[in-house]
Formats: sequence, structure tokens, C-alpha cells
Amino acid sequence: MNEMSPTPNTTTFDCRVAFAETMIEMARVDPRIVAVCNDSVGSSNLNAFQKEFPDRLINVGIAEQNMVGVAAGLANGGFVPFVSCASPFLTGRALEQIKADVAYNNYHIVLCGQSPGMSYGELGPTHHSIEDFAWMRALTDLTILVPADPQQTRDALRWSATANRPIFMRIGRFKVPAVTPESEAFTVGRASVLREGTDVTLIACGTMVSRALQAADQLAAKGVSARVLNMTTIQPLDEAAVIAAATETGRIVTVEEAIIHGGLGSAVAECVVQNAPVPMRILGVPHLAPTGSNAFLLDHFGLNAEGIANAALALVA
Amino acid sequence: MTDLHAKVAAANDADRGALLARIADEVRICILHTIDGPKMGHIGGDFSVADVLTTLFFGVLKLDPTDPRWAERDRFILSKGHCSAALYSVLAMRGFFPVADLKTFMAPLSALNGHPNRRKIPGVEANTGPLGHGLPIGLGCAIAARLAGSDRRTFVVLGDGELQEGSNWEAAMAAGHRGLSNLTAIVDRNRLQQGARTEDTNRLEPLADKWRSFGWEVHEVDGHDHARLYALLSARGGSQPRCLVARTIKGKGVSFIEDRVEWHHKVPSAEQVQLALKELAVR
Repeated sequence: MNEMSPTPNTTTFDCRVAFAETMIEMARVDPRIVAVCNDSVGSSNLNAFQKEFPDRLINVGIAEQNMVGVAAGLANGGFVPFVSCASPFLTGRALEQIKADVAYNNYHIVLCGQSPGMSYGELGPTHHSIEDFAWMRALTDLTILVPADPQQTRDALRWSATANRPIFMRIGRFKVPAVTPESEAFTVGRASVLREGTDVTLIACGTMVSRALQAADQLAAKGVSARVLNMTTIQPLDEAAVIAAATETGRIVTVEEAIIHGGLGSAVAECVVQNAPVPMRILGVPHLAPTGSNAFLLDHFGLNAEGIANAALALVA
Repeated sequence: MTDLHAKVAAANDADRGALLARIADEVRICILHTIDGPKMGHIGGDFSVADVLTTLFFGVLKLDPTDPRWAERDRFILSKGHCSAALYSVLAMRGFFPVADLKTFMAPLSALNGHPNRRKIPGVEANTGPLGHGLPIGLGCAIAARLAGSDRRTFVVLGDGELQEGSNWEAAMAAGHRGLSNLTAIVDRNRLQQGARTEDTNRLEPLADKWRSFGWEVHEVDGHDHARLYALLSARGGSQPRCLVARTIKGKGVSFIEDRVEWHHKVPSAEQVQLALKELAVR
């Protein structure tokens, strides 16, 4: 195994803390920044923000359509709203508002989907946010960001505050290992090459990035050289990195905590099939998930190091 | 044509209503010509709301057509976005873009599509069309004005059938709770929706009581009475958001269009256009 590899150790960090701290830091220097939420001050980790900026925390109550519309009105008035809400209800319940009021208006609004994927595993499919990539990807004017660790969460938020465009971003619920080299600059639309490789490329986002790195370790032990890409920006996709992966490694495995229809894997496949067709495996959630803890469900769907490595081995064989 | 606004401003209270009424008839003529080009549009709702829009754009709203994104402008949102021909007509007549551009209404690649497009048309604050979107956005505009310490105001025109969308009541609840006196909703209460009468579809009455119960100051008013509309819309409220339930007649101004459900988006024939123009000119 390459000793220089950025394989994560067991220490994990909380993206939600990074979100909460960065929101306050940004608000202190940029008076345009406001937080908009739906009775989710606590679950969005906005208690401290509310304490310091009581007027700039706009809690509309349990009303997600109104929440997104209010953000559009605030953007109209020159504010930069960060809408924070459990991802399934933000993206699903207010989908038409995100289309018409945010994307079509081209307002500078940052939609922060909290507890995405199967974070609320035990609460069942109504509370799983596995469709959000597909729904948001259909809105081509939205930038879609999936930070993989706290450093990327901070960087993505800071970039979003000045991006002057509509953005959707996932804020993970569970602690994750740090995967991003501290020196790496955050560049929207650019995949991070976390490990070089020649036999297969593993393209992951969010919670799956550290697992892809673990899978690469397992593959290395079996003599398979796997490139690992952290695709933090799902839209616009880093097509150059995908085409390079296809042409240079000949095989691609994508992995995401989302339904496989219309998500990261679909985006990569659309690029691959039109530019450099190579064998692919798309790992994710194949259908509505059953009930269970987040860890249970990820294992259940093979979204772990073994599952990713096995998918890669099947391609390489 | 753009100095009509100045004439209204200079008029005394006795003359202002009559002046606005004459402008509203010109707006209706403008709408008729606009719809006659593509043979598409929503003439019934355009005509019912023409007097409210005329009163706002030529009498009440603080605007600068030469600087459509002036930060301190009053905000206006047409939530019933299908009545775009009426909005386009007042925007053009008010000087936001050339009246001649109305000829491109719904033409291929035109900025003037069937529903307002903020990205392309100066004076449009929000893209509307799907119903139930305007009031939440207007609520956000009103909160923004408060946060900015500005006395600018926000006005939202809603269709009455549109109130069957629940998102309006999410916004009504929040606006009442926040006491946003800088927000005014105007309901174009023409009692018809696309397919039938509102009261036969999903009863709205007692409509004024509904708004009151959400914490709004409510005025029921003749939506074709320009003097009364001007007085109510110009006045600033106390501590509550304000709702005008404007009693209107769908298709108001042309006898054979008035209060008939089929004229929601029916387009007049060439002969009917001439008859309509004659009625509007005679009034």
C-alpha cells in the first residue's frame, strides 16, 4: 500500500459543526447573509446563529414551499439566503418552488439539504433523501455540491456565499473522516484526485468518498490499482476528469448514497457513453430503502469498502 | 404615453379616479391588441385585474422604469402569472420597454412568453405561472425591506381561484404572525376559475374572514373603482399586512366577455375584436 495515500484514519469530524460555525463566521463579515428554515433551528444547527443574529434567522414554521418562496423574496431584496431544511422536504416538497422561484429566477440562494441520503434510516422512505440528486440535476441552472468532509463543507459554504447563482448542497448528518488534503484549494466543477491508479477509477461523493478510499486499499492488496475521485460538484460535472478516468483506467465504478436513477452515476454514465465508452458499475440505492440504521442500510446495499471493491474486481476480471 | 403617471400624480382627488379609468381602458385596448397577435392569452383575467394594475402602476407604485432594479423601488408581483398580457401592457405603457414589443407576445423566442420572465423583462420581479408562488415571494420581499430598514412596500396580486393552493395560506400565516404592514395582497375576486365558478369548485367564502383570521387588515372593495383603489393602496397600514378583496368582473369592459367562464383563455375572433374595441372606446 502506498504510504503517502490519503486513506483516512479512524478519527471522524462533524460536517454539521462545520456548517454551524461557518454560517456564523460568514454572517459576521457579510450582512447580506440570512438563514431561512422550517422549524428546524435545532436540527439545522442554527441555535448559535439565531442567538447572534436573531433578525437574520427567518423561521417560517413547518411550511417548505413558503420557505423557498420567502428565500426568493429575500434574494430579490439583495440578501443571500441560506435555506436550511431536512433534504427530503426541501427538495421534494418545495420542488416546484426550487424550479420556478430559485432556478428559473436565477436568484442567489443556497439550498442546504440537511441529513441527506439515508441519514434518517430508521424513519423510513418518507424521510430518506435519496431522490434529491435526480430532482436537483433536472434543474440545470442549479450548482450541486456534495462536500465529503468538514473542510469541504466550510469551503463549499464560503464559495456559495459569493457565487451569485442558485446552489443546492448536501450537509451530512454523520461524522466522517477527513479525506481532503489540507492544502487543496476548493474548486467548483473540479474533481479531486485523491489517489492515482491505472486499472479502474472509483468516483464517489459525500459519505462514500472515505469508503471508496478504503476500497482502493483493499484493491491494492489484491494487485489492482484504483484511481479515486472525489466528485464534490455533481453539477456541472467535471467531464474532463471523467473522460480521463475512462481513457486512462478503462473502467469506472461510481458510488453514492442516493437512488441510482439520475444521480452521480447517471451523470458520469451520460458523459462516458457520449465521450469514451467503457464498462461501468453504478453503486447506490436501487429502489426505496427498507427501515434500518444508516450503517445497516449502507451495508445492506453494498455501499461499503467490500461492496465497492467487489464491483471494481468484477470489472477488472 | 409615459407621462400618464405624472398626470395621475398631479391630479386632484376628484379627477384622479376618472383619469385612471381612462388609462385602464387604454390598457384593455393594449391587452386586446397584444392577445390578438398570437391568438393566445387569458383575456378574462387580464380584464378583471386591469383596473387594479393600472391603479398600482400609474398611481401607487414607487418605480423608476429607467432603473428597473433600483433598490428602493416598491415590489410588485403578479402571482396570477397567466395574466401576463395585462402586466406586459402596463409595464410597456409605463415605460419599462417599448409598446411595440408587445407585438412579439408569445412569438417564437420572444422575451414575452405566456408567463412573466424576470430574466428577460424589466419590471418583472419574479417568474410566476404555477399558482401559489407569488405571496411567499412577496413575503420574502417584505421581510427583506424590514431587514434593510427600508420603507419600500410590496404588493402581490392574486387570483381568487389561486387561493385554493395551500402555499398562499402558509405565507398568509407567516405574514400575519410577523405583522408585516409593508405587505399588501390584492385578491382579484372575479369568482371564476378556469373550469367553473370558484364557489362551485372549492368554496372560498367567507373569504375576507379567512384573511382576517390570519391576522390581516382586510378591505372589501369594488375592484373597478379607481378612486377607492387608489385611496386604499396609497395609504399605509398600521401593524398588520393588508388584504384588499377586490370584487371584480371577469372580462370587465366588454359585454360579451364579462362573467363568462369560457373566456378564461378564449381568444376573440376578428369581428369580436372590432366589437370589443368599439365598446372600450365608447366607455
